[in-house]
Amino acid sequence: MKQQKPYIERVYRWGLIWNLSVMGILMAFPIVVAILYHAMPDWQGLLGGLMATAPMYWAVGVVEVISYIPMLGAGGSYLSFVTGNISNLKLPCALNALEQAEVKASSEEGEVVSTIAIAVSSIVTTLIIILGVVLIVPLTPLLENPALTPAFDQLVPALFGGLGVVFISRNRKLAIAPILLMLILFIFVPALNEGTVGIMVPVGVVFTLILGRILYKKGVV
Amino acid sequence: MFDTNATILFILVAVIIAVVLGQSVFFLVKAWKRGVELGMDRKKLRKIARTAAIFTVAPAVAIVISVIALSKKLGIPLPWLRLSVVGSLSYETIAAENTALAMGMTGSVSTASQFVTIALVMTISIMVGIWLVPVLCKKMQKGMSSLEKRDKKWADVFQNSLFLGMISAFVGYVFCNVSRLWTADASGLVTQTKTVVENGEKIQQTVQYTATSGLVPVCVMAVSAVIMAVLGILSKKFKKVHWIADYALPVSLIVGMISAIPFTALFGGEV
Repeated sequence: MKQQKPYIERVYRWGLIWNLSVMGILMAFPIVVAILYHAMPDWQGLLGGLMATAPMYWAVGVVEVISYIPMLGAGGSYLSFVTGNISNLKLPCALNALEQAEVKASSEEGEVVSTIAIAVSSIVTTLIIILGVVLIVPLTPLLENPALTPAFDQLVPALFGGLGVVFISRNRKLAIAPILLMLILFIFVPALNEGTVGIMVPVGVVFTLILGRILYKKGVV
Repeated sequence: MFDTNATILFILVAVIIAVVLGQSVFFLVKAWKRGVELGMDRKKLRKIARTAAIFTVAPAVAIVISVIALSKKLGIPLPWLRLSVVGSLSYETIAAENTALAMGMTGSVSTASQFVTIALVMTISIMVGIWLVPVLCKKMQKGMSSLEKRDKKWADVFQNSLFLGMISAFVGYVFCNVSRLWTADASGLVTQTKTVVENGEKIQQTVQYTATSGLVPVCVMAVSAVIMAVLGILSKKFKKVHWIADYALPVSLIVGMISAIPFTALFGGEV
């Protein structure tokens, strides 16, 4: 009998097949619609739209892939980059699960735990959106109620308050400098806002890694 | 006139979403089986899944709100698809506006050609992650595991540095509008201009915020942090009450979000 490959090797293979397939069917959607309606894309609009949109998001995408893969684990990365909402949902969810299970992200148990958390989160998100679409008529006035809007506007701060406490309190020595750096940058540099926080993640990561290496060499952490 | 809510569009989108859902179910089953093989407690795995599910509810409802917002110009199926896969309200809006502008389109989508063009731009412009992960994942994960083998302690510091680097960027972001306190004019307002697309043209719109509006996210984060800290202390004190530790993050998230309502009333926001 042929010996089965290690789990992680199989994850790479599954991920490759699934992600390329999903990419194919996502691309197929506009093409199928075009065929069904006998409609050609507006080529000038397509080119103009792509030129204005793609370069920036491709650049951000490359940076995100590199910074998030080591945090999400293998299975979690394949899923997260298909289903999206990484920094505001999938990654916090995985981090919380690793905490709860008391396993290290780099261990195989960590890989299993983060994949389970991210998969469940993706499934629940998809189902809730389906429910939202089915009930869109009665839900619209409720969810667009101005009394509720502030709560959903502040999702990210509410998320990182809870998450921050756990990670900062456990790694105080490592946390102080990057937090201070980011506070100063975000408060005093007007260009840093909601749109640019994604670019600041790798900046924070690289800074903290260098600091971590120094503190580690000095035996502080 | 093209119907952005045509039944066939709903069917196509439903098929694609079923495949995406299939991928999540596939990875869930495989990881679950592997966890059991590794001797992990099934109860523990179930608990992880339950917490992840509960934690996801509020952010997922926020995504539904984005679908509703986008559906006004694009119909329901396209936003449903786009926000079920990688994308966001701000990204899809920018992609749609850029394309509408390039087409000289005014108002809502009215032809199949416009619909196809917008859908293509949205799909292509954010595709990078889906194919780049299979390209890089194996190499990067191998690097991580060889680091783990070479120096376990440093691998630990490395992993914590990654998480803290990410968290610090978002903590910083929460403070990004605090500067409104000292940039406000004499009437206590901050005026900003933003570019919006209206009737096929880019126009500058001015928006005003109260000087104190930047404090809202800071206070919300503080509330959530305090709740989390209190629950953390309680869970250590009452070790037998498991739900405290399990649901600490979802609870702090929800309480934080609810606290945004009085804080916004107090400090103001967009005028």
